[in-house]
Amino acid sequence: MTQTLAPSCSRSTAAMFTGLKCKECGAEYEAKAVHVCELCFGPLEVVYDYEALRQTVTRESIEKGPNSIWRYRQFLPVETDNPIDVGTGMTPLLQANRLARRLGLKRLYIKNDAVNMPTLSFKDRVVSVALTRARELGFSTVSCASTGNLANSTAAIAAHAGLDCCVFIPADLEAGKVLGTLIYAPTVMAVQGNYDQVNRLCSEVANTHGWGFVNINLRPYYSEGSKTLGYEVIEQLGWELPDHIVAPLASGSLFTKIHKGFQEFVKVGLVEEKAVRFSGAQAEGCSPIAQAFREGRDFITPVKPNTIAKSIAIGNPADGVYAVEIANKTNGNIESVNDQEIVEGIKLLAETEGVFTETAGGTTIATLKKLVEAGKINPDETTVVYITGNGLKTQEAVQGYIGEPLTIEPKLDAFERALERAQTLDRLEWQQVLV
Amino acid sequence: MAVKVLIPTPLQKFTGDQAAIECEGSTIAEMLDALDRSFPGIKGRLCNDDGSLRRFINFYVNSEDIRFLDGANTPLSSGDEVSIVPAVAGG
Repeated sequence: MTQTLAPSCSRSTAAMFTGLKCKECGAEYEAKAVHVCELCFGPLEVVYDYEALRQTVTRESIEKGPNSIWRYRQFLPVETDNPIDVGTGMTPLLQANRLARRLGLKRLYIKNDAVNMPTLSFKDRVVSVALTRARELGFSTVSCASTGNLANSTAAIAAHAGLDCCVFIPADLEAGKVLGTLIYAPTVMAVQGNYDQVNRLCSEVANTHGWGFVNINLRPYYSEGSKTLGYEVIEQLGWELPDHIVAPLASGSLFTKIHKGFQEFVKVGLVEEKAVRFSGAQAEGCSPIAQAFREGRDFITPVKPNTIAKSIAIGNPADGVYAVEIANKTNGNIESVNDQEIVEGIKLLAETEGVFTETAGGTTIATLKKLVEAGKINPDETTVVYITGNGLKTQEAVQGYIGEPLTIEPKLDAFERALERAQTLDRLEWQQVLV
Repeated sequence: MAVKVLIPTPLQKFTGDQAAIECEGSTIAEMLDALDRSFPGIKGRLCNDDGSLRRFINFYVNSEDIRFLDGANTPLSSGDEVSIVPAVAGG
C-alpha cells in the first residue's frame, strides 16, 4: 500500500527533501498532505538528501542568508525560492548572567522566542513552514487546533499570505490569546472542551473537509520548523553545540525537533559533534510525559489537564514517547512543577533578565531551578533554556502576584513619602496601602 | 446494536471512501472484529499482531478517550459514536 516516490517536478534546485518516511516502520510516502503511516499509524518524517546538503551548504552560505528562519531553507521541507517570510526567527540568544548567578550556574543562555515575529511565540516558525508548504500543495484554506499560540500564528501568517483561515481553540483560553487571533479576522471556533477534544474534532473535520490543518495533515512539514530553534542556537553560540538544553514539553514535538536540528548540523559537518543533554519541563497539572519518564515507561498514559499553563496543557501528547526516548538517551531529565512554581518562574525570569514570558516559560524556568537544586545540571555546563512564548498573552496567570503601582497625588512630598515607605516596606504590602 | 464509527482518512480506502460506518459490537474489541468482517484487513492496521491497539491510534466513545474508560473492553450501546483518530501534534 506504500506510495511510490514521484519524480520531483517544478522543484527549485535548492530543495533538498525527497519525501516522507514513517518514523516507526520506515514505509515511504510522497511529500503530500499526509501525516500518518497507512500501515502502522506512526508519524511521518521528512527525508532529506544529507549528502547533497553536506556538499552545498556552508556556514558562510547560511550567514549570507536572510535574517530569519529561511537562512536554513535547504533544511526545511519547501520547494519554493520565495517562502512566506514575515521575519520569523533569529530571535535573541541572551546570556543570562543574573539568572545564572541566582541559580548558581556559570554559563546560562535564554533563547528568547517571546519576541519571535509576528505573533510572539515559537509557533511562528512552524506556521511559516506549514503555510509555505500548504500554498505549494494547493490549499486555499488553512486551519489548526490550538491552545492559543498556534491560533495566533496561523491566523496572522494566513492573513499575510492571503489564505482563508479557520481555527479551533478550547473555549476557556486566556483573553489575550483569543483577541490575538480574532484581530486577523479568521473564523474562530471556540470548542467547549479541552485541547485534546479540540484536536479530535479537528481530525474529524480534516477527514471530511479539504483544508490544510497545520498540525494534522501538514504536520510533517509544520513540525520541521522547530528545528530552526536548534540551528539558531548553534549559530549564535559561534557554531558550537551547548552542553544541556531545557525546553517545555506539550506534544513533545519541539523537543524532538531541536534534537533533530542539532543532529542534522553534525551530520552535514556544520558543527562539531558533542553530547548534548536534553531536559524537558511540564506542568504538574498536565504531566503525562514526566510521569512516563519517572516510571520508566515507553508509552504515555493520557491525563485530563488541570493547570494554569494552558499553552502546554496537552493530555495526550503525540510525540511524548519520542521525548522520553531522547531525555533517556541523552542523560537528561523530565520534571514537572506546580502552578505556584510556574508563577514564581515567570517572575524570576522577568526580575533577573527583563524577559516577560507566559506560563510555558514559567514552567521551563521553574523546572530549570528544580533541576539545578537537585544537582541535575552541572554549573559548568553551557545550558540553553528555550522560552517559547510571551507573557503579555497570559496576564491572568500573574494577576494578583506582582503587586500594584503606588498611587500618589501629583505632589513632590507625596512622592517622597511613597518612596521612603517603598524602601522600607515589602512591596506586596503596598497593594493595600493608600499613600 | 448499531454504533457509528468515524473512519480516519488513511483507512477510508478500506471503506470505499466512506468517512462514517454503521457497525455492530457490544465492546470496542467486538466492534473491531465486526468492522474487519465488513472490510477485511482494516483491523490489522489498527491493532498489533497480538491484538492490542496500536500506540499511535486513539479511540473515543462519545468524545471520551477509551483509555479513561475500559480500553478495548469499553462497552458500547446502540447509537454510540466511536471515533478513530491518529495521534496529532500541536499546541
